[in-house]
Amino acid sequence: MIQYIIRRLLAAIPTLLVISFVIFAILDLAPNDPTGNLPMTVPPEVREQIRISLGLDQPMHIRYYKWLVQFFVNEPLNILQHSFGVTIGDAENRTRILSWATRSPVIDLIVERTPQTLWVVGLSFLFGILIAIPIGIVQAYRQYSLFDQIGTFVAMLGFSVPTFFTGVVAIILFSVQLKWFPMIYDTTLEITSWDNFVLQVKQMIMPVTVLAFYQASQLSRFMRAAILDNLNLDYVRTARSKGRSENAVLMIHVLRNSLIPIVTLIALGIPTIFGGAIITEQIFRVNGLGQLLIIAIEGADIPTVQTLTFLFAILIVLFNLIADVLYGMLDPRIRYD
Amino acid sequence: MRKTLLLSIALTSAVALAGTAWAAERGRDGELRLLYWQAPSTMMPYLSGGTKELEASSVVIEPLARYDNDGKMHPWLAEEIPTVANGGVSEDLKSITWKIKPGIKWSDGSELTSADAVFTYEYCSHPDTGCTSSNYFNDIVSVDALDSHTIQINFTVAKPFPYAPFVGYNAPIMQKAQFDGCIGAKAQECTEQNFNPIGTGPFKVVDFKPNDVIVFEANELYREEGQPAFSKLLFKGGGDATSAARSVLETSEMHYAWNLQVEPEILTKMAEAGKGTIIAGFGTSVERLMVNFTNPDPDLGDDRAEYLGGNNNRNPHPFLADYAVRRALSLAIDRQILVDAGYGSAGKVGCNVLPAPAIYASDANDECKTQNVDEANRILDEAGWVRGSDGIRAKGGVRLSILYQTSTNSVRQGTQAFIKEMWKAIGVETELRNLSASVFFGGDPGSPDTYQKFYADIEMYTNNFSGTDPETYMANWTCKQVSRRANTWGGGNMPRWCNPDYDALSAEMSTTADLDDRIRLAKAMNDMLMQDYAMIPLIHRGGVSAFSNVIEGPRGNEWDSELWNIAEWHLR
Repeated sequence: MIQYIIRRLLAAIPTLLVISFVIFAILDLAPNDPTGNLPMTVPPEVREQIRISLGLDQPMHIRYYKWLVQFFVNEPLNILQHSFGVTIGDAENRTRILSWATRSPVIDLIVERTPQTLWVVGLSFLFGILIAIPIGIVQAYRQYSLFDQIGTFVAMLGFSVPTFFTGVVAIILFSVQLKWFPMIYDTTLEITSWDNFVLQVKQMIMPVTVLAFYQASQLSRFMRAAILDNLNLDYVRTARSKGRSENAVLMIHVLRNSLIPIVTLIALGIPTIFGGAIITEQIFRVNGLGQLLIIAIEGADIPTVQTLTFLFAILIVLFNLIADVLYGMLDPRIRYD
Repeated sequence: MRKTLLLSIALTSAVALAGTAWAAERGRDGELRLLYWQAPSTMMPYLSGGTKELEASSVVIEPLARYDNDGKMHPWLAEEIPTVANGGVSEDLKSITWKIKPGIKWSDGSELTSADAVFTYEYCSHPDTGCTSSNYFNDIVSVDALDSHTIQINFTVAKPFPYAPFVGYNAPIMQKAQFDGCIGAKAQECTEQNFNPIGTGPFKVVDFKPNDVIVFEANELYREEGQPAFSKLLFKGGGDATSAARSVLETSEMHYAWNLQVEPEILTKMAEAGKGTIIAGFGTSVERLMVNFTNPDPDLGDDRAEYLGGNNNRNPHPFLADYAVRRALSLAIDRQILVDAGYGSAGKVGCNVLPAPAIYASDANDECKTQNVDEANRILDEAGWVRGSDGIRAKGGVRLSILYQTSTNSVRQGTQAFIKEMWKAIGVETELRNLSASVFFGGDPGSPDTYQKFYADIEMYTNNFSGTDPETYMANWTCKQVSRRANTWGGGNMPRWCNPDYDALSAEMSTTADLDDRIRLAKAMNDMLMQDYAMIPLIHRGGVSAFSNVIEGPRGNEWDSELWNIAEWHLR
């Protein structure tokens, strides 16, 4: 197993390098311009100067090389310095990857936004799992019952209706008509008292529910299918004939086996948390990583887009590996050599 | 009796005085909440990516003079507006002297001096800074500090309108002590300063989260007693315009929302709830059709949409070079429908490319307010454009088939659809095209889809100018400004229209100081463009914002920051 992991990790390195180059090439070749969003009153000479000040006058391979050095050498050294106080090399003149929109280090932007993304999207992922698993189990056990039919219908609704629709409906219902929850997420809220905590919960309920509904719908279908696959197998009949209680058969034997594909799906889904839920973040103004990515793409802020997408690529490659390893650990029939 | 009368007068006046003293206390009204759906990325207006940064920074850093919502200039940090009459502007129009009001302090306690203004000029004019407002500091020889509160700006040429530097939200004054060493290439790296500028304005930055939210608090050292009324300011960003309008007009979570580009029906419906007020300010923005005077045929290769030759173009457009066609295209459009469908109260029918300030608005072109399809058809018939069997007019083998492009935007696509139908009625076939805004306006010389390259027959977008003086704006349509390969499409003359008489008027305006003469020249240039149909104006666009009825004070402003008078805002 260890050999397998090491092999996979080594193979990941050229994969990631190729990914970073492809991302860079696509962004560079795209017909966008960081000065494109400036008002028309800014004359072209000024725009050209701004482009030069951002380093756009240099050829592509130099810019790519600079970004590689900044990402793989300078930024980790910076993190080392910040977290552990270990200073290697010249800390003063180290060039950091700067966002073209804010002229501040991209890593700082990412660190600033990760809390709200993790809170809202992470929690919704968690709730989605917690809701989907029991529902999927009950649906499969009582296949074709009323609960199953309703559950299927709701799941269909959940993953066909887009989040920008459910989000807006939720706002109109709960914020405008009923006035229960605020429609704007306040990122400056610090939890210092019970009232603040209640406020934080109130402003998180709608985005978390909207996203959890979407994710639970998808996961519950998989759960139901996985349990159905296992309920008809011989070992279930054996367990029952050995006198095990129905509860034990379902919750211990069937569930464990059915969870294997689900755990894999969850592990693969974790990188998507960091991608943020771009649309939901926009609607509720949660202003997390998804919104950062969208704004950077629209504003042609190439360093930010590159760094973010590359970080997502790293996470996806890593969690792919984790999913494979978990699968191998949970299912003794799988062996990696 | 007299004693009681005196006593009661004394008591009443004491109560009244105490009342006014209490009412005028700074920070009495709690938190003010603004929603700008395009979130500011930095607090440094000189490194801005758009108007949002200029607005956010305007509550902290201030210029010498500001424009109010009617376009009138007011002294802000300066004592008075320098003019030739009061000796502030030299007779030869080559220098202007500003006097700063004494006693103004930065929010960190230090004194505002002319050295800060000199530093601001050095910051923005340094070529490596990439300063977005560097054209406000054009043609300057030097900026000198004559004494601690007097600034003299010396120009290279005579400037009839010398009020560009340090006027308006594009060119405020920065603190030298804070930004020292952040000039040139280093400007990008001073993140701490860029995000927390020290200013003289009514608020100061407490926390700045880029593209998200800014938290301000009242500046204790602000020069006006009892202002600002609010102790805290929350400047939230993100999301879209419709939900921003909703948060002010329906849920009252926010007090003010900016730039509400929302369909008029939706906005009026939200306003019916009665919780908020919509303000529409009209500046200089005109949505117009640019007419291509050159031939954009792809078969021409490098000469596509190129102006070839001196003052007489050797590469004319096959049919738009015909005056009759241009006039007919304009007459066939019912502009009122376009306003009603797309803009509502945020738009008016526009017949001039120079609609404002009001003194410059010409009334010679009001014929365009009425649609006249019959006249359009008559003109085309007379000019020999005969309808073919498919209903499309042609002459000498050239069909009236137009490629009409604009940016991707639901209102613009609606306008395109209407105009296509209107032109069908006069026998003109139209193909509609829309391009992503960041590409269309991006100016990438490698892309064929920019508005500068104009690889189409007609294109539509909005242009405007900042400030109140139209000289530089009208100079956009001179012959030397023609957008072409040789200047990497950097000229401002997209139609590639060239008229030596127009150039003469523009040259005359750059040396004329008298306001009445300038007005006459500006109107003449506008009329020349309109009557030759170099551009076809459609809608005079306004900016729409909304504020909650809980507060009082917002007046909108298309000439400067909409938050220009935020120090005066208070709870109702």
